[in-house]
Amino acid sequence: MADYYNYLIVVLLMVMGLYIVMAQGNLVKKLIGLNIFQTSVFIFYISTAKVSGGTAPIVIDGAELYSNPLPQVLILTAIVVGIATMSLALALVLRIKRAYGSVEEDVILEQDKSC
Amino acid sequence: MVRARDLFATVMLSGIYGLLSASFFILMDAADVAFTEAAVGAGIFPLLMLTVLTSVGRYEAERRRVRYLPLFVMVVLAGALFAAVLQMPPFGAVDAPSHGHVAQRYIQDSPAEIGIPNMVTSVLASYRGFDTLGEVVVIFTAAVGVVVILLGGRPKTPQQSTQALMAEHKVLRVVGKMLIPLILLFGLYVQFHGEYGPGGGFQAGVIFAVGIILYAMLFGLSNAQRVVPLGVLRWLVALGVLIYGSVGLANLVVGGEYLNYSMLASDPVTGQHIGIILIELGVGITVASAMVLIFFAFTRATRSRDELEE
Amino acid sequence: MLSHLAVLQVVVPLLAAPTCLILERARAAWLFACLACLLSLGISIALFMQVEASGPISYALGGWEAPWGIEYRIDALSSFVLLLINLVAAAVIIGANSSLTAELPEPRHSPFYVLFLLCFAGLQGIVATGDAFNVFVFLEISSLATYALVALGRDRRALFAAYQYLIVGTIGATFYLIGIGFLYSLTGTLNMADMAQLLPGLEEQRLVAAAFAFVVIGIAMKLALFPLHGWLPDAYSQAPSMATAFLAASATKVALYLFIRMYFEVLGQDAVNALFPVGKLFLLLGAIAVILASLAAIRQNNVKRVFALSSVGQIGYLVIGVGLGNALGLQAALLHLFNHGLIKAALFIAVAAVVCRVGGSRLEDFRGLGRAMPWTMGGMVIGALSLIGVPLTAGFVSKWYLVLAAMESGLWPLVALVLIGSFIALFYVWRIVEVAYFQPRDGAAVSEAPLMLLLPLWAMALANLYFGIDTSLTVGGSEQAVNFLMGSRP
Repeated sequence: MADYYNYLIVVLLMVMGLYIVMAQGNLVKKLIGLNIFQTSVFIFYISTAKVSGGTAPIVIDGAELYSNPLPQVLILTAIVVGIATMSLALALVLRIKRAYGSVEEDVILEQDKSC
Repeated sequence: MVRARDLFATVMLSGIYGLLSASFFILMDAADVAFTEAAVGAGIFPLLMLTVLTSVGRYEAERRRVRYLPLFVMVVLAGALFAAVLQMPPFGAVDAPSHGHVAQRYIQDSPAEIGIPNMVTSVLASYRGFDTLGEVVVIFTAAVGVVVILLGGRPKTPQQSTQALMAEHKVLRVVGKMLIPLILLFGLYVQFHGEYGPGGGFQAGVIFAVGIILYAMLFGLSNAQRVVPLGVLRWLVALGVLIYGSVGLANLVVGGEYLNYSMLASDPVTGQHIGIILIELGVGITVASAMVLIFFAFTRATRSRDELEE
Repeated sequence: MLSHLAVLQVVVPLLAAPTCLILERARAAWLFACLACLLSLGISIALFMQVEASGPISYALGGWEAPWGIEYRIDALSSFVLLLINLVAAAVIIGANSSLTAELPEPRHSPFYVLFLLCFAGLQGIVATGDAFNVFVFLEISSLATYALVALGRDRRALFAAYQYLIVGTIGATFYLIGIGFLYSLTGTLNMADMAQLLPGLEEQRLVAAAFAFVVIGIAMKLALFPLHGWLPDAYSQAPSMATAFLAASATKVALYLFIRMYFEVLGQDAVNALFPVGKLFLLLGAIAVILASLAAIRQNNVKRVFALSSVGQIGYLVIGVGLGNALGLQAALLHLFNHGLIKAALFIAVAAVVCRVGGSRLEDFRGLGRAMPWTMGGMVIGALSLIGVPLTAGFVSKWYLVLAAMESGLWPLVALVLIGSFIALFYVWRIVEVAYFQPRDGAAVSEAPLMLLLPLWAMALANLYFGIDTSLTVGGSEQAVNFLMGSRP
């Protein structure tokens, strides 16, 4: 079981993040949940890259074993994509607040229904 | 974190979460990723969040309901995932399939093929250089999107003088004045050091942006915009992408495939060097200007709201 | 340069976007975007002919051969889908200037073109690439551009629609990323063709199943497959009209393309169905989507929303074709993918023309338009006939193949379902036609839509007629794609 400790933590973070996205009504909090969810995937990828006894994939004298550079590259890209998505989402939240006066999901839906 | 109604506390906690993830990545030998996650998860993300909170309010509404359907879905999902990940290769296994096939070549041959010690940079900038072009375009898209959503298209320089967030703190201003040049210098160092150690265009761009954002916080948005006007930023955001893309097109002209830098010089390894320096420059320019542009747009949007309220 | 067409297909719109931003002047940006889209259309036609003549094209980006580098692979399937996206994009961008002038303030025009080109480039990137992670990057380019495009809509509801789409889309993309992570840790490769070779015979079947589930659920969110379709009607009815025309005709189609690639080529239909009867599940979900969405479309008062819900229903047909699992069913799905793209482009451009002149797309806005805007409504009626599936239109051809495929599998209830679906479509289309042709218009006189909108509208409408009569291109193209997919893994 100890071999899978990392992955089990990842799964817990993943479902926690998703639960916040689905169950919370506050638009800002949903985004925090989304952030937790995305970061859990980063942790997953980076965990698969680790090689026991290896070092960071930068050539140094005397190192025999390196950790896998490929998942690290993928996650570098994914982190950037993540923050890009977040900034766009936060911009939307700001405009929603200005247009509806609220960032609570039910209040917004209520207002849309009435007009 | 789920329960707290104080959004300020949640944002702070998620910043700590970002920092913890970054330290975890260090333990996992992923120095470049840790660097980036620290800058993004504990830097840019909480900063943007806090800017938004000044406008949407710190506390969320009272809520009583517990949602059972999502809870149920999550429990099922967690169960299925537990069952699945137990079939993953054990953590840290040397002989896991993912370390053997494609990665093997990056580790064994990239120092000779690309000529730089940081394998992450080799893969990022050359073997999978097209992904990185896409990544820069994603940042570009976000910047265009944020500006058009918040400012309604063409950014204009503001008439009103906006007060700085921390203008009244004399000590901070003095310390900041000393720090900002150092931060910018460090950004340049990271930009050009990415081939040897952790770092590269993205991290450098973020650091550079932080320097300018700090300036804006200490000396006011209008002062900062006098140093880097929005029009120039908009131009720079596009320029970075164009630099990256043109390197690819230049390769077509000299007879290689798109983003095949080997043809850029008579010696393939030198060619790779030139190509990587150029595209990292493109990444740095777009990332730095996009981050600053996004921050300016957020600050402007929250400010103009305050003025409306008054 | 001819050997680089595969990559230029994506790079041209990708680099045209920042150039458009620098141009800044709305008109200049529009002309430049038109140029880029027409160039891209030319490339896609050349690629289509090249693939038809000499088989799949593989292009090693950066000069690194697959699986070490990223491979662009244009085969019968991708060139077919690329052709559709390019046709629609060219039609939409030509009409965009006239439509935007009526819908958006001027400073927002040039960002619209930038975002449009980014979305276009992202979708093409998904189709052209042979690398599973590269798909994710381009998926996010197109998605971020789409969220921003939706948020440009005039109503404040556009903002909330964009936010909800963003949440669903990001979860979908992240699910896809998790699935790819599982597949990578099993095979050690990201190249799709390489993965397809390494996957059979693996012992870790639970993990393969989980990978498949994540990839499929992720794509299904983008595809708006029932019951994950909630974001689509809001997003499509709130976005600027021309953005809707492009998205409705291309974005869900690309999601279906990706799904077909993963299901038939990477994971293998038989291997997946041995784990779980996915095909039957698709038949069920598709059937529910057809019935529920079509019924919901009847009750709508906004024409944009009617057609948006109809899209959800049409996605049901597509998924049914895939779920049947035989060659004829897959061909029907591909045919409908192409034809439905043309149908929705024609219908939404017609709606854009109405919004341009009347200012809204509610049902009562259409009163008397049959006389006031005869060309616009004429084009819309052709599109609507094709949507219903009247003979001699493109929509008939694809539904005919779907019926044939259902009969081949002996699934008679599905045959009935297709007929019922068409009947309901007739019903909701008739409501619009009735208002437009048999109710008098009161208030100010309305003039015909500008020529720059009528041109692309009629181009799409005539395409619907043309591909209903001369089916050699669509049937031939889809048949080649099916042979390629089914042949690649018998």
